[in-house]
Amino acid sequence: MNFKIGVVLFFMFLSAEGIGQVKTYEKFTEFEQDYLKDLSEDTIYVVNFWATWCAPCVAELPFFEALNTKHKGNNVKVVLVSIDSHKNLESKVIPFLAKKGFQTEVVLLADSKTYKWIDLIDPSWSGAIPITLILSGNERHFYEKDYESLEALEEDVLKIKQ
Amino acid sequence: MKKIFQILVMVLFISVSATAQNGYKIGSKATDFSLMGTDGEMHSLKEIEGAKGYIVIFTCNHCPYSVAYEDRIIALQAEYAPKGYSVIAINPNDPELNPGDSYENMRVRAKEKQFNFLYLFDEGQKVYPKYGATKTPHVFLLDAKRKVRYIGAIDDSTEADDVDIKFLANAIDALIANETPSPANTKAIGCGIKAKK
Repeated sequence: MNFKIGVVLFFMFLSAEGIGQVKTYEKFTEFEQDYLKDLSEDTIYVVNFWATWCAPCVAELPFFEALNTKHKGNNVKVVLVSIDSHKNLESKVIPFLAKKGFQTEVVLLADSKTYKWIDLIDPSWSGAIPITLILSGNERHFYEKDYESLEALEEDVLKIKQ
Repeated sequence: MKKIFQILVMVLFISVSATAQNGYKIGSKATDFSLMGTDGEMHSLKEIEGAKGYIVIFTCNHCPYSVAYEDRIIALQAEYAPKGYSVIAINPNDPELNPGDSYENMRVRAKEKQFNFLYLFDEGQKVYPKYGATKTPHVFLLDAKRKVRYIGAIDDSTEADDVDIKFLANAIDALIANETPSPANTKAIGCGIKAKK
């Protein structure tokens, strides 16, 4: 391999790593175990499902980032679950995140057998994104809608403690 | 008290059935339509001669899931049109919200991929709400009397290499064999159909 290309590739690799790890789940059950089960009652978990190709998802991501920044000291944990295809992780998801500079945790859920886990998220889910789960302890609220402001999102987040 | 409870149950039941009526369910009689195709002609279900059923697929240009299924839809048409089950693909999106889904771009895509099936434009977004399509791709398999017999996904994986169960093909095979498709409803992730708020 040409030395120069090797150096460039090496630094591209480094910078991709530097953006933050995007943990990838090939199996929904493993993702579920890590993010949707045995949840603390003292924390509110906000789990948003999105994809780089989904325009309404991309439009609302800044509100989740703002929620994370504003409330991370208040036992609010935000995670952005990308359902992009695994083969688009390096080419689309990581460059997208680098451009946006989000600090919120991002994971990739790459279990392509979606029919097996759609109802496990919520039986009323049509299969369209974005969707958001707001959880605490055993409580679980499901929203199939896109948020138009941080305030609208905060309103739903607070509902779980009422 | 008992009466109040009964009324409550009734009210609940009515509101549940009212929300459930958004679109067709298994057994519903599907409406015909007249929509412009990428060939520049208007098309309807009744014009398809010798039809034993209809594979109505709401799909579009811009959605990566729709794109991922293009080759599989072409293969379905090649296999099942000669058996009396033709694919009728309908783009339900508003191109003002998604320029990639304009009629002109549909024509471009149909030519590029040499679609062997009808690709129609739901101009004014009048047809998809009647069917109750919520995303692309979203399949409604109808029998010869336009009765809805299967609703949902084409198969069990967005990645063509990972497909284990061909839900739609199995449902069509069931109709050909005069049987009831099972499962008759499946779900898959897709792109939400875009309409102005």
